[in-house]
Formats: sequence, structure tokens, C-alpha cells
Amino acid sequence: MQWINAIIQGVLLGGLYALLAAGLSLMFGVMRIVNLAHGALAILAAYIGLVIVQGTGVSPFIAMVAVVPIMAGIGYVLQWGIFNRALRMGGLAPLLGAFGLAVVLTQLMQLKFTTDSQSLQTGSLSIASIRITEQISIGVLPLITFAAGVIVIFGLQMFLSKAPLGRAMRAASDDSETVPLMGIDNRQVYALSTAIALGTVGIAGMFLGMRGNFDPNYGQAMLIFAFEAVIIGGLGSLWGTLAGGMVLGVAQALGSQMNPSYGVLVGNLVFLLILAFRPTGLLPKAVTT
Amino acid sequence: MTLLSLSGVDVHYGDFQAIYGIDLNVAEGETLAVIGANGAGKSTLLKAIAGQVRASAGTIAFDGVDVTALPAHKRVPLGIALTPEGRRIFKSLTVEENLLVGAHSKRPGPWNLRAVYEAFPLVADRKDRLGTNLSGGEQQAAAIGRALMSNPRLLLLDEVSLGLAPVVVEQIYAALPTITGQGTTVLVVEQDVNQSMRVADRVQCLLEGRTVLEGAPSDLTRDQIASAYFGI
Amino acid sequence: MTIDTPAVHVPRPHAKVRRATKSSWAGLAVIVVLLLAAPAVPYVLDKGVQGSLVTLFSLIVMATMWNLLAGYGGMLSIGQQAYVGIGAYALVYISDTIGLDPFMAVPLAVVIAGLFAYPISFLAFRLSGGYFAIGTWVIAVVLMQITLQIPALGGGIGVTFTGFSDLTPGRRIAYVYWLSLVGVALAVAVTYWIMRSRLGLGFTAIRDDETAAASLGVRVTRSKRFVFVVAAMGSGLAGAMIAANTLRVQPDSIFSVNYAVFMIFIVVIGGIGTIEGPILGAIVFFALQQWLSDLGAWYLVILGVIAIVITLFLPRGLWGLVSGDGRIRLFPVGYRLVRAAPEP
Repeated sequence: MQWINAIIQGVLLGGLYALLAAGLSLMFGVMRIVNLAHGALAILAAYIGLVIVQGTGVSPFIAMVAVVPIMAGIGYVLQWGIFNRALRMGGLAPLLGAFGLAVVLTQLMQLKFTTDSQSLQTGSLSIASIRITEQISIGVLPLITFAAGVIVIFGLQMFLSKAPLGRAMRAASDDSETVPLMGIDNRQVYALSTAIALGTVGIAGMFLGMRGNFDPNYGQAMLIFAFEAVIIGGLGSLWGTLAGGMVLGVAQALGSQMNPSYGVLVGNLVFLLILAFRPTGLLPKAVTT
Repeated sequence: MTLLSLSGVDVHYGDFQAIYGIDLNVAEGETLAVIGANGAGKSTLLKAIAGQVRASAGTIAFDGVDVTALPAHKRVPLGIALTPEGRRIFKSLTVEENLLVGAHSKRPGPWNLRAVYEAFPLVADRKDRLGTNLSGGEQQAAAIGRALMSNPRLLLLDEVSLGLAPVVVEQIYAALPTITGQGTTVLVVEQDVNQSMRVADRVQCLLEGRTVLEGAPSDLTRDQIASAYFGI
Repeated sequence: MTIDTPAVHVPRPHAKVRRATKSSWAGLAVIVVLLLAAPAVPYVLDKGVQGSLVTLFSLIVMATMWNLLAGYGGMLSIGQQAYVGIGAYALVYISDTIGLDPFMAVPLAVVIAGLFAYPISFLAFRLSGGYFAIGTWVIAVVLMQITLQIPALGGGIGVTFTGFSDLTPGRRIAYVYWLSLVGVALAVAVTYWIMRSRLGLGFTAIRDDETAAASLGVRVTRSKRFVFVVAAMGSGLAGAMIAANTLRVQPDSIFSVNYAVFMIFIVVIGGIGTIEGPILGAIVFFALQQWLSDLGAWYLVILGVIAIVITLFLPRGLWGLVSGDGRIRLFPVGYRLVRAAPEP
């Protein structure tokens, strides 16, 4: 029973990882940028939420309404300020710029918020659960997080396939040189992609802060988990990312069940095994982004 | 009335100069063919007009407005559309999505999905197919349709016939009267001289980045063209 | 009809291919003087300075190796701390547990780092670009997590290096200094040698166009793997130098991603893709680290901002600025044409 419970918790945790990974996938899909600052930005979102919650006393869910546009705005500015120029420089410049950004953000958060762990308080919601059997119950907050992951991925998928801007993003992903001939400014499409990606990071960061503790250095683990979800699922597939997040979540939950200190290690080992034996991921290119 | 006017345009790629002091004028409603051998600078000329490469000297004026410094994406709303060399259809988009991306600038005019499908039945048949699954001719027709979706006043066509079977080329050129019939000005670049002579009101021949001959097809002899083309 | 072959006059080329430049001869002179003077340092300067120099040398080794990997091989790794850790643990284990002479243990530690890197490369090479970067990082994290579980390596507490404990502190630091001096000279020399070899030429081709290089017979994956293993060995050497200098090896600090941060910042600031850049970058970084140490965490913020600005506006780094975009070369790895004297 404990093991079944672990699997259920793992699947729900996977929803959070997929939520985290969606923005990483989107930026890679549109611009081929691997945003190494992704994890640090998720933690930044959680801290912005914390400041709002502490300053106004609203619930984290209300704060999220403000955090998402703030993060989107940060994404827009970062794209124009750093990434568009780095893309023009070519080579390793986008990666190096993102890496520098990750280090600077992490250090600035340490200076402002110290390295003490924080969390976003959700009151009675944090302990609410739905009882399935005597031994198995599902936490309401993990369930909401999972639902948010599915909704964000479904929403992104619909946006990319139906919306004019989503179409322009796919076109830019296919052939960025030809897009300007359609009267579309690539750099603007990129800035809007990053804004959307960081909007989802805002949601992910808030759920991350509600579900557990975070500190400025936690961004490193978040980047790694998001990356593992993307690779396990298969590049270029948002639904694959959801599946990848669930595989990673289950692996970590089962590892923790064996020994509380094994969770992350088992998750990493499962990732390396999949990389070794199924490097294209579980659902490669099932849906193009 | 002159729609497009280039004077003294140079284009460099790094240290390499591709075109030298080109003067070129196209009247509204006219069809001009730029001909020349491989490497004469024809595609570069079109890219400079569309804004994909910058002119390092000279000016490009469109409808009396100096557009020399405008980036490509700002020239489309003014009414300049380029069907690029190699067609460059978006591979993961369907044909219809390619056309819709072409309509991004929302310029008003006669061209829309239905008009393109009527002019190019080949495109209508394939509208739900992904760009990656099209034949060369289908790609070319879709690329022209995509350019038309921006309702251009000036349509730039780069190497329409390159790599296509003659029967397919004929099908595509059959749509040209429909396009010019809407009042659209066309500047076509071709290696195939005969094809250009048939469709153009005027031809301008480039050799190694410079204009060496211009005139109406009826005024030019084959020998004149051959010597301008090959530089002999 | 006969075809007359016109008498074509083929002029003798008035140019020769050279590698060395005036500045590289001057550079060679400076290096020779430095190498002759450097061994005397323990007789002249105190232990604190020697310890600092060892730290500087380890930074130069790490940055030179990271530059070999990223600047020449195009592989941006955030996981070279894996080999820093392996080198450090290997030195301590071989010297203290097995009981070999520390001077023997260092080269063995270097080889062991390479032995780890070879199979790891097969895993890491399944990823490319930014995903390769994070993948190498995950591998480093896993190695740290596994180390935590190994009692023989001290678990989370780590190990203390006692190989030199029968020496006086003055003697010990002098030995470590000489060892590190040899290490840094070797690391730079090996990198220089690789970049001047056929392999280096192949890398230039790969950097310009990987597909074209492959079609011309450059064995892309094999070359990359070779450099990956060499860079790991170099990072292992740096790890052994750090362990011998600080005497303590703990998993969280020796496998810390901060080493990757240092390597990347040093190379970016100094100038990526040159031999001189990482050396200059390490000196600047080391100086800034001392100078800004009162600022605490701000120093990484400042370095990070400098690294971003250099990436975006000065892609050849400080060395590019100093050398006038490559006109001055201490270590000529490229070729250049010079006008030859006209025929008499």
C-alpha cells in the first residue's frame, strides 16, 4: 500500500515538474535556447509571490494573478535585453548569457532573502486531502498542482496550434530567416515566446512554493528536474514532457520510499538509464511544438 | 508612375561585393524580368529590395518613400513581398497555415485564402498537407500564394522555375496574368531567359553585379542578350 | 582545329605560410623567463603567497581545460566539477588508503579522471548544446550523490589528505607549489600542442561547419571524445592540486557547481577560444576575488554581470581587447600568410 501511495504521490509531483518544464520546452522549441536561468527564475517567481503574500496578506492563489504577468514582463525584457542580442552573436552566446543570468539571479536572491528556507502558506489547504482507502489519500494541493500542469500544457498546445501568434512561433522555429518576409519581427515573436514561457514559470514557481520549501539555491535542482522531464519525455513534445515529469516524479517518490535520502538520486539514475537506452525519450516528436 | 526605384545600390557580404551601383526602376503595373547567369547578383538584388540584406550604398525608394534603412518585416506592410530562392516553405506548418502566416500584415486587398486557391488549384488540393511533404512545384506555388496573402503592390519572384519540370513551371506561370491583372507589379528573377522574355514587359540583364543591358523583349535581339548574359 | 595552349606565366607565390609572429617570439621569451624564475618562488616568498599561487594555478588549469572543451570543442559543460572531485578523491585514496607516494598518486588521479570520462562521454554525447550542458551537470550531481553513500570515501564528512603530513608545513607547501607549477605548465602545453596538431585544425573546421567537416573526413565524434577525456584529466589534475593544497575533500564542496561557474566566468572574461584568454582571465578573476572578497556574495553578482556584458559586447574577451583582436599572439595556433621576399 505504501508503494501504491508513493506512485500516486510521484505522479502528482510529476505534474509540478511538467509545469516547470513547459517553459523550458517552449523556449527551446521556438528559439533553440536552453534557458539555463530557468530554475533561478522559478525561484524568483516564488519570492515575488512571497513578497506579495507577506505584504498584502492575500492567498498565494490571488498573488499568482500578479506574479504571472510580472514574470511575463521580466521575460519580455530579458529577451530584448539579453537573448535577442545573444542569438545574433550566435555560437555559445545564448547559453553563456543564460548561465551568467542564473548565477547573478541566484546571488541577488541570496543577498535579498538570505539562504533560509521559505514557503508560501496555504492554510488549511496544505493539509486537506481526499481519502481513497484506509491507507491511500490524495492531497488536495498536489492534485490542484497536477491539474495546473495539465491545463498549462494543454493550453500551450492549443495556443501553438491555433493562435496566430502560436503559428508565427512555429514558423520562426522552422525558419527564422524567412519569417521577416511575412512582415513578422522575429525578435518580437521571441520576446513574446519568452514572456509566455516565463508566465508559466510564474505559475510553476508559485505551486513550488506552496507545495514545499524553497531557497535561492533551489533553482539549480529545479532546472535539473525540468530538464530531466523534457529529455525523458522526448524533445519537442509537450505531452511527452508531462509523461517525463510523471516518470521522474514516480522515480523520486519510489526512491524516497526506499530511503528518504535516495529520492533525487534515484530520479537522476532513472534519467541516465533512459538517456542510455532510449535517448529519444518516451514520446519523441509525438506533437511538434 | 514609378513604384520602385533603385539608384546606385551596392551590396556587400563581408568583404565580398555582390552588386555594384545598380539603378533600376519599375513602373506600377509593369512586369520586369531581371536575368543573368548564376552569380550575377540577381537574388542579392531581390533580397536588398525586400530588406533581407542591407544596401551598403545607394538608395531604394518604394512609392516615393525611402526604404533603404527599413528592415524586411517593415517593408511587407508597405506592400513588398518576396518569394525567396528555395521557396522556404515552413515545413512543420500545413499549406493553409503557411498562407495564413503570409497574411500576418493584414494588408487589405483582393488576395485571401479563396483567391489563392482559385489561382493555384495545386495549392487548394494540398491545403492540409505539411510543408515538409510537398513536391518542389507544390512548394513553389504555395510560396507564391503565401507572398500574395500580404496583398503586395510589388511581388518579387526569385527563380520560380529552378529545379522544376517544364510542365509545372508552365502551370505556375499560368497564374501570372491573374496576379498582374489585379494591378500587382511583378519583378521576376530568372535564369531561364525564354521564360522571362515571354512574361516580361521589360528585361534588365545583370553581369557580375552590374547592369549590362535593358529594354523591352521585342527591342532586343538574341545575340544582344546572349552577349550580355555571358559577357562575351 | 587545334587548340593552342597559351604560355601561361605562373608567378611564384610571393607569400609564405607562417605560424609564429614577432609577438609569439616575445611571448616565448617571457614564458621561458617565467618558467625559469617560478621554481625559485618557495625560496623567496612566504607560504601564504605560495598557497595563493597554487589556487591561481588550479584556476588556470580548470579554465584552460574548460576552454579546450568549449572554446575549441564547442562543448559547453557545466559538469567539469565531476572530474575535479574524482581527481581530489583519487589522490587522497591512492595516497592515504593504498599508501602510494603522493607524487605517484597525482598522475594516477589524472588517469582515473580520464577513465571515468571515457564511458561518461557516451552518455553525455547523446545530448547536444544546452542539453549537453545540463546533462554533464546531472552526471556531476550523481557522482556527488554516490560519493555520499560510500563509507570508504568518508560519506558526507569527506576525507583529509595526510600524504604530506610527515613534512614540515614549509616543505609541504613548497612541494605542492612545485607540483602545481608542473601541472599548470603541462596543462597549457598539452592544450597548445592539441590545438597546433591536425586535431586542432579539425576542431576549427568543426566549429565553422560540423557537417562539412565530417564530409571532409574529420572524425567529429572521435575528436570530441578525445578532447572530452583530456579536459576531464586536466580537471582531475586541478582537483588533485586543490586537495593537496587545502588538505580537506568534502563532497558538497569538491563537486560544487561553483567550479563550473569559475571556469565559465574565467574563460568568458579572459577570451574564449584562445590559449592566452583563460590564463589572463584566471589572473583577473583571482585578483577580483581577492579585491572583492569583502563584498561577500556581491562579487559573484559583479563577475556574473561582467561575464554577461562580455558575452554580448566583447565576445573575444579581455585578451581580444589586449591583443587587438588577435594580432598579438603568445601562443600561435593558427596560420597566417606573410609576403615573401621577391625573386631576385
